Amino acid sequence: MSRKNNMLKQKKINARILKDKIFSGVIFLFSFITISPIIFIIINLISKGYKQINLSFFTETTPDTYEAMVAVSNNKIIPGGILNGITGSFLMVSLASIMAIPIGILIGIYLYENSSKRYANIVRDITDILQGVPSIVLGLISYFWVVKNITNGFSALAGSTALAIMMLPLIIRSTEETFKMIPGTIKEAAIALGVPYHKIIFRVLIPTGFSGLLTGILLAISRIIGETAPLMLTALGSMKVSFNIEKPISAVPLLIWEFYNDPNMVNLIWASSLFLMIFVLTLNLLSKYIVQRSI
Amino acid sequence: MNSEKTTKLILFFASLIVIFILFGMVFSLIDGAVPIFKKFGFGFLFSSKWNPTEGHEAYGALPFIIGTLVTSIIALLICFPLAFSTSLFIGEYYKGTKLAKLVGTLVDMLAGIPSIVYGLWGFYVLRPIIIDLGFNDQGYGIFTSGLILAIMIVPYSTSISTEIISMVSKDLKEAAYSLGATRKDVILNVIIPNASSGIFTSYILAFGRALGETMAVTMLIGNANKIPVSIFDTGNTMASVIANQFGEADGLKLSALIAIALLLFLISGIVNGIGKIVIKKVY
Repeated sequence: MSRKNNMLKQKKINARILKDKIFSGVIFLFSFITISPIIFIIINLISKGYKQINLSFFTETTPDTYEAMVAVSNNKIIPGGILNGITGSFLMVSLASIMAIPIGILIGIYLYENSSKRYANIVRDITDILQGVPSIVLGLISYFWVVKNITNGFSALAGSTALAIMMLPLIIRSTEETFKMIPGTIKEAAIALGVPYHKIIFRVLIPTGFSGLLTGILLAISRIIGETAPLMLTALGSMKVSFNIEKPISAVPLLIWEFYNDPNMVNLIWASSLFLMIFVLTLNLLSKYIVQRSI
Repeated sequence: MNSEKTTKLILFFASLIVIFILFGMVFSLIDGAVPIFKKFGFGFLFSSKWNPTEGHEAYGALPFIIGTLVTSIIALLICFPLAFSTSLFIGEYYKGTKLAKLVGTLVDMLAGIPSIVYGLWGFYVLRPIIIDLGFNDQGYGIFTSGLILAIMIVPYSTSISTEIISMVSKDLKEAAYSLGATRKDVILNVIIPNASSGIFTSYILAFGRALGETMAVTMLIGNANKIPVSIFDTGNTMASVIANQFGEADGLKLSALIAIALLLFLISGIVNGIGKIVIKKVY
């Protein structure tokens, strides 16, 4: 009798172990499915894009459709490159950084200094709301504010305004988080020495939290550099290299969108996407590296 | 005036900028949306007509509201098992190991890929698969967009869920193990109840992300200004209709697009707000 009981118990235990194993198996399977797209995307971009990457890809502007068509029909690689996109992205991201980083850091410091004030909480909530605004809405806003009222036409300034509004909340939050991690004693020591407040900011807080700030900035840039939708509504795109902030300008993601819409340029899509992805991932990894080194 | 006060004043004025931006944004959107609401009233929200021909102009936001909600819900449904499993993988099964770190990095990389690259990948890789499976002829549509959105939002829900799951106290888990619980029992009866509100929030925030995604959806949804009849039908979302129609828009049509942007702003604001409130209540 007791033997039978034991066997029954053993059976139950085995069933439970089996269920546990199936459960783990499902978890592992789904985890594998989750990471497979990134591997596929990277393999896809590299295998389709590497052919077009050469020196002229970085030093020449986009070819027109006809040139591309001739090259494709002769089975050659498409001449020209994405220089206009690279310079445009560079200009707009730099402008956006100039607008967003100083203000973002100031606001971050304000939140850090007044962390428990009611007004600071409101500012923090508003920052969160801004961070959640879809990028296309920001593009529309920049269209109204800059394209219609300031530059009277699509412009690099409008594009960078949209990017700056996107960047601002990211910088604010990362600044606040960085300064929160700095030991209060360092600041108190400076106060005890009678250092004026603006010097504490520039000589104590910013140097101590520098790696944190830099990480936040790099992540914010990596977030905005791939943005396409707001730029379609503001910067529009251009076939020439331009540094005029009042004129339409191109950007790497905008060029990808143009190539996508032009059947002759398809081959350039992959190279440009590969370039953009490598750039973004490098920024990401770099910021991770900085965080790890500073800890 | 001493420098102390000046510094504080500068900081305070800087903080006014975010408030100015947000209120300016709301003002501009409402201001731009007024003509369409004057003409069609709140019927604009419930109409499914979209006719830009002069003289017969009629605009309604309903197809886009439905398109946005349906694509995002599909994305959430696909995202759920993936993100949940991955966060258990990183935060419980292989917590603290190199393998977990590798998987975590790969998932983070998903968040770094620009929306337009997802669109391309969806167009050239995912769409042919959908066609081969016979779901629909063109491969465009609500389902394809939902699928790509799911991949795009997985990293957001995974990273928050992982953090919450790995925070569940060791004592609780060990107590359950000592009672003879298997890992599955521990996950279902200890980890999930303890981390449920955090996990819930992670999906709310991911949902908020999906609502506003533009490029990838624009490239895959098929851009039809009608209410989709099935999940394999083509459609349009609020974000994709703005991206698509903005180029040729002026007058009443532009106003309609702005009203859609205002709606999108409100809906994603509410969804994100709910997420933030839940996460604040818990921690």
